[in-house]
Amino acid sequence: MKQRLDRETIGMRAAKELKGGDCVNLGFGIPTLCALYVPEGIRFQTEAGFLGYGRLVMADEIEKADWHYIDASGRFCTPAPGMAIFDVVTSFAMIRSGRLISIMGGFQVSEKGDLANWNTGGDALGGTIGGAMDLAVGSRKVIITMDHTTKEGNYRIVKKCSYPLTAKECVDLVITDLAVIEVTPEGLLLKEVAPGWTAEEVQALTEPKLIIAPDLKEVEL
Amino acid sequence: MKQRLDRDAIAKRAAKELKDGDYVNLGLGIPNLCALHAVEGVIFHTENGAMGYGPLVRADELEKADFHYHDAIGRFWIPAPGMSCFDVLTSFVMIRSGRMTVILGALQVSQKGDIANWSTGAHGGTIGGAMDLAFGSKRVIVTMDHNTKEGKPRIVRECTYPLTRKECVDLVVTDLAVIEVTPEGLLLKEVAPGWTAEEVQELTEPRLIIAPDLKEIEL
Amino acid sequence: MRNKVFSSFDEAVADIPDGACIGMDSWAIAATPQNLIAALKRKGVKDLTIVTHCFIPMIFSEDKATMPSVLLPQMKKLITPVVGIAHLGGPAFVEEYVERGLEVEQTTIGTMSSRLYAGAARLGGIYNPVGVGTIMEEGKEKRVIDGKDYILEKPIRLDYAFISAHKADKLGNLVYKGVFRGDGPVMAMAADFTIAEVDELLEVGEIDAEHVITAGIFVDRIVEIPEDGLATARKLKEMIYELHSIEPARKLMFG
Repeated sequence: MKQRLDRETIGMRAAKELKGGDCVNLGFGIPTLCALYVPEGIRFQTEAGFLGYGRLVMADEIEKADWHYIDASGRFCTPAPGMAIFDVVTSFAMIRSGRLISIMGGFQVSEKGDLANWNTGGDALGGTIGGAMDLAVGSRKVIITMDHTTKEGNYRIVKKCSYPLTAKECVDLVITDLAVIEVTPEGLLLKEVAPGWTAEEVQALTEPKLIIAPDLKEVEL
Repeated sequence: MKQRLDRDAIAKRAAKELKDGDYVNLGLGIPNLCALHAVEGVIFHTENGAMGYGPLVRADELEKADFHYHDAIGRFWIPAPGMSCFDVLTSFVMIRSGRMTVILGALQVSQKGDIANWSTGAHGGTIGGAMDLAFGSKRVIVTMDHNTKEGKPRIVRECTYPLTRKECVDLVVTDLAVIEVTPEGLLLKEVAPGWTAEEVQELTEPRLIIAPDLKEIEL
Repeated sequence: MRNKVFSSFDEAVADIPDGACIGMDSWAIAATPQNLIAALKRKGVKDLTIVTHCFIPMIFSEDKATMPSVLLPQMKKLITPVVGIAHLGGPAFVEEYVERGLEVEQTTIGTMSSRLYAGAARLGGIYNPVGVGTIMEEGKEKRVIDGKDYILEKPIRLDYAFISAHKADKLGNLVYKGVFRGDGPVMAMAADFTIAEVDELLEVGEIDAEHVITAGIFVDRIVEIPEDGLATARKLKEMIYELHSIEPARKLMFG
């Protein structure tokens, strides 16, 4: 049974998209793992009101944990030199400014780059919108980390999202446990595959037709 | 020749309306003099970004003047404990909040409490914060001359100058009278010492309601 | 890591094109990014739209101080709540430029801040209750919401913001002093590109996170004001004494 990429690897691969000086908002789940792998000089923004907070507090250093400094996922972080603290009004002006890169999870991404990541249509309310819509629309680059398929093996990369949308045509890059896919005006461009996987195998698990990059390669970390 | 109140007296009378704990913005001119006469505990706001500032710098203590600490008119003040500084966005959220009292000058006030105080129409004028202040204050007190230099009324049926805001004035203090704006009309409550209600009415365009307990302005 | 620190105001404004929309706070002398304005004047770009607080005639020699109004010959449009002051002849000083095609959009201070905030938050417009029944209604849509009248105001987005701040660290985090804060924070957020002139440039970590008013993400270039620059503590102090010696100014400032 071929190996898919694990969460840490996806987080590492997403972190490669970032350069020193970038300001980044990390969503819940795999995205927050990226924080462990980013290069020097990345400044993290959390919608609750920090920019440039320090690294996350590990389980074995609980004495450092302080409720005043948590990220959007509820994990404790540490203050850092040059950090800015601000209110939510300012935070969302920042989020909408086009100056942040957003890394979020996704339930579905469509071939046009529509994103559904707040609601699976399941129970009455379906989910929590939070800051997702603002981030999807306002960021200068939207990177989605997600499972390539559902537990039952159904598509998550789809022709049209069936779940309630977060935003239309907003995704730039998708990193899954099988592939790295760029959203382009011509369609979804398959750029990288997980080690041991072929383009055909990935296509079989993807609903829309993928454009195969001429320089297709294996995911490198 | 009967005496009208001077600027200082108008300011003193208007300042009597302010209470300990009031948050107050004072406009250019006579209103600014009110700061000298207000009771302890009135907290002054300046639209360019400070609340609870200290006394104004006098001309003979220039070394205390600092361009970082001045009001919207350009008068220097001294920082005080408990003062806060903020940006203009926040300042105008405060102004629009309904938590402040404003004392404004006016060119005209109408019988319905419309105020015109930013332009005489001839050469335009500067809007500044006047419309925001007229809109957002919980109490709008106007200090003004009762008449123009030529003796024409400034308290009118309808303002002829470009409006600052409709139906917002609560109290008018002039060099002749104290008039409350009520739903029934303008209520003359006080007259300058030596003046009668009839004399004041002659210099006012709309019909005044004379308060049963009409009295002289006390300072 | 992007270096935001510039050592020259001329370099900091070098790529500003003709036709740019630039926001700059100003309460006459105070809060005015004087060095950036002087550099923009030297550069000579044309057809500018200037958004500013207080647009009054320049009465000082330009080695002592400067103000947004020195840019009049280079301007196509002015958006401001304060054009002229009564003691200096009111708005008359812009009339010759208006006759030559300068567009002046008058507004209220609170409306300008709100529109800048709308620009910052990428809102399409705001419904403003201030100005109902006045010239502020002219040419604009109105709407009744829950029984109250509102005027639809469009957002203000800036190509550039010139900010005067007290201290910056090398990341661009800004703190302000006193009334110099003004419209700085909201203009920095409403602009595509923000340039700050500061009294003091600090190392990262020297500004307490709790005290940062404008986060560095909104700041693209920082220039520290040199000792011989405009709006230094010394020049500001000299301006006080100079204004004190001018009768109408003294009356205005000291009553």
